[in-house]
Amino acid sequence: MNVELINIHKWFGPVHANDGITLKIPSGVIQGLLGENGAGKSTLMKILSGFYQADEGEIHLDGKPVKIESPADAIRHGVGMLHQDPLDFPPMRVVDNLLIGHQGGLFPNRAEAIRAMQDLQARFGFNIDPYAYVDSLTVGERQQLEIMRLLWLGARVLILDEPTTGISANQKEKLFATLRALAEQGMTVIFVSHKLEEVEELCHRVAVLRQGKLVGETTPPYRTEELVKMMFGKVVLPEDKTHFSSSDPLLRLENLSIEDYRLQIQNVTLTLHRGEVIGLAGMEGSGQRQFLQACAGIIRPVAGEIYLGEKRLTGRPYREFLEAGITYVPAARLEEGLIPGLTLTEHFVLAEPQNGLVVNRQKAAALTAQRIADFSIKGMPASTVESLSGGNQQRALLAMLRQPLNVLLLEHPTRGLDIESAIWIWGKLKERCRQGTGIIFTSADLEEILHYSDRILVFFGGKVSQPIEATKTSVEELGQLIGGKGF
Amino acid sequence: MDTTLIIGIAGILASAGPIVFAAIGETIIERAGVINLSVNGAILLTAMAGFAVGVSTGSVLLGMLAGALIGALVALIVAFASITLKQSQVAVGFVLALLCRDLAYFLGNPYMGLSGPRLPHLPIPGLADIPVLGTIFFQHDLMTYMSFVLIVLAYVYIFRTRPGLMLQGIGERPAAAYVRGANVNLLRYVYTVIGGALIGLAGPMYSLSVKAGWKGTISGLDGIGWIALALTIFGGWNPLRAALGAYFFAFLQWLGLVLQPSLPNIPSQVLQVAPFPLMILTLLLVNIGNAEWVDRTLAGLPERTRHALARVLRAMRTSPPAALGMPFEKE
Ligand SMILES: Nc1ncnc2c1ncn2[C@@H]1O[C@H](COP(=O)(O)OP(=O)(O)OP(=O)(O)O)[C@@H](O)[C@H]1O
Ligand SMILES: [Mg+2]
Repeated sequence: MNVELINIHKWFGPVHANDGITLKIPSGVIQGLLGENGAGKSTLMKILSGFYQADEGEIHLDGKPVKIESPADAIRHGVGMLHQDPLDFPPMRVVDNLLIGHQGGLFPNRAEAIRAMQDLQARFGFNIDPYAYVDSLTVGERQQLEIMRLLWLGARVLILDEPTTGISANQKEKLFATLRALAEQGMTVIFVSHKLEEVEELCHRVAVLRQGKLVGETTPPYRTEELVKMMFGKVVLPEDKTHFSSSDPLLRLENLSIEDYRLQIQNVTLTLHRGEVIGLAGMEGSGQRQFLQACAGIIRPVAGEIYLGEKRLTGRPYREFLEAGITYVPAARLEEGLIPGLTLTEHFVLAEPQNGLVVNRQKAAALTAQRIADFSIKGMPASTVESLSGGNQQRALLAMLRQPLNVLLLEHPTRGLDIESAIWIWGKLKERCRQGTGIIFTSADLEEILHYSDRILVFFGGKVSQPIEATKTSVEELGQLIGGKGF
Repeated sequence: MDTTLIIGIAGILASAGPIVFAAIGETIIERAGVINLSVNGAILLTAMAGFAVGVSTGSVLLGMLAGALIGALVALIVAFASITLKQSQVAVGFVLALLCRDLAYFLGNPYMGLSGPRLPHLPIPGLADIPVLGTIFFQHDLMTYMSFVLIVLAYVYIFRTRPGLMLQGIGERPAAAYVRGANVNLLRYVYTVIGGALIGLAGPMYSLSVKAGWKGTISGLDGIGWIALALTIFGGWNPLRAALGAYFFAFLQWLGLVLQPSLPNIPSQVLQVAPFPLMILTLLLVNIGNAEWVDRTLAGLPERTRHALARVLRAMRTSPPAALGMPFEKE
């Protein structure tokens, strides 16, 4: 289907999120959409898919002007969107997720839905159990489920908003193959991403947004520097690899075993040194999260020992881990890390060691101004955290960490961030390493793991590899390990 | 089987009827993502109003209808305050709970101690004569039969039908329900009002049947609404589990009455009140698997015990609708 967006404007209060965007996408094309955090990509796509309504502008489908007033309208017109965080129902079953919102009689026909699902699975090589609960699926599988649902509903325009942030290299290959096959069948695909390599590999053409405006469109062959310059208005270079690892042991795990109702991690022995960065690779849900939480004292291991220096921490309460200078930063920023509804100032005050009952407003204001400047957060002291863009939420989260810290445990520290913010965040983290902090982090991005880690652990279904020297491996080798080869 | 026991069981089923209605009504409301704390007040107010209408018109059905209408109206206030005005659902519900209770005592004064109509017994021809089962299940009044039907109906609706799936969806993740075509706020209104009507039937079920009459503050109904709320939560937002809880509570109350003659040393008030704390204690035990400290303690146990216990606890684990109490705004 041919899609035309004509002079689209959208305001959120004073923020001009889309500023007169005009974009034509012919049928059968995979259109890339790039732009820094807060550029207005999601807003534009939500307008096309009916989630928001434009304040001004028109949408034409196959040359005809259409009014899209709700997502239901959009899907009637054949436009379906895979949202940045999959909009599904985690505690419900896969087939029920497919059925919710599907038209029909009082009693849904599960058999029919499963048949349709199996057809689609065969077509794209997916393999999801229709009776599984969605919260037991990986992020990649949840995306596959959403894609199947949209196709089943008859989507002919498929919008994917940052679909690759949580999935493995393998799943990404599968996704790309699916999208190419769909485009060949005449489907229009819009692919939003921060990862230039992916956009360059997949897209037939690319549009770049900056501060709500369309700043340019290009076609292959792409020049990466040119794309970066369009996105940020300047050249952004990745930092050189830096290493601050010492031989000074910091966190020691001895034969640690962790259990959870889904998986078991057995007998991990590892020493994290001062200044060292250890990256945890693996598909989402292979045990990395449980491992980090055990190191942080949130989950109690079923066997083994945890020491910080000479201090035995095994089985001690979370508070003692905190006092020992061990901090965990979860991936779900708004659910677990920040408190929606509270302002930046309130967050910084809460994170400070407490003395006295009453908040000293002057001190709080000074502290907040300082942190906002130090971490170049785009936001006001009185901004609530949920009104910040993803990149700025992450900055706020890091700005709340105490000084000094011994061990920093990070889950997906740069998920969803644009390149510039990601580089900036890692600059701050490496600065901590230089001061002696040891870091363990997870990421779905193997390049990131290779670039910033000293050593790497690969997780596969709860099994943990021996530590691998980052200098002695490659993305390909890690990719194989993640898929379970060698376990 | 002993006839007193059989009659006892039949009595438990009947006296749990109103609690079943209230707990399932609340379950439906909370499934839609709205917290309605007004239940206790609504039951008292509708008990009084249902009785008053029953006395004035002589019609029990009109009394029931009045209860449903008033219950729906109270819920509508909660819906309007929380969905449209986006005010705190907890605060609004709580204030309504107190207000409706006082209103019931105040407006009910003229009807204190009057004798009124009662729901007639309707033994089901044929079935009522089956030994044992007939007495237990088929010699009740209309509303008790309805309470059996309601359990099945609510369960099938929520978990088996298309609109029921969407009902789960709007309470779980309204944004996801919205992209699937739901008018989230309209549906929340509808389910809150329906749930409110069901809660509103609980009141007249007491005053026109289970505890017929209106005796003001000594009607013994104060507190039932809080039990219904607790059942909703500890029943894991599942009508079957909530109903089982209601029967258990009715059983405890019955036990108090039966034991009274054989325990002359214990003041009768203690036996009347005991079901409440006992109930809460039971509910806490049933849901112990949800607590984090349990996980931590479990990790320290030997392997065999740990696995066995973990399995039991997981089966009992429940989680609330994720968007419970949160207004839906797409911008
Ligand atoms: N619901 C909202 N309320 C207020 N402001 C909003 C809302 N949604 C987006 N914004 C603002 O609009 C601008 C564009 O946001 P948008 O989410 O479209 O950016 P994006 O390009 O998708 O960024 P990212 O790469 O971080 O996902 C940002 O400044 C953001 O803060
Ligand atoms: Mg976005």
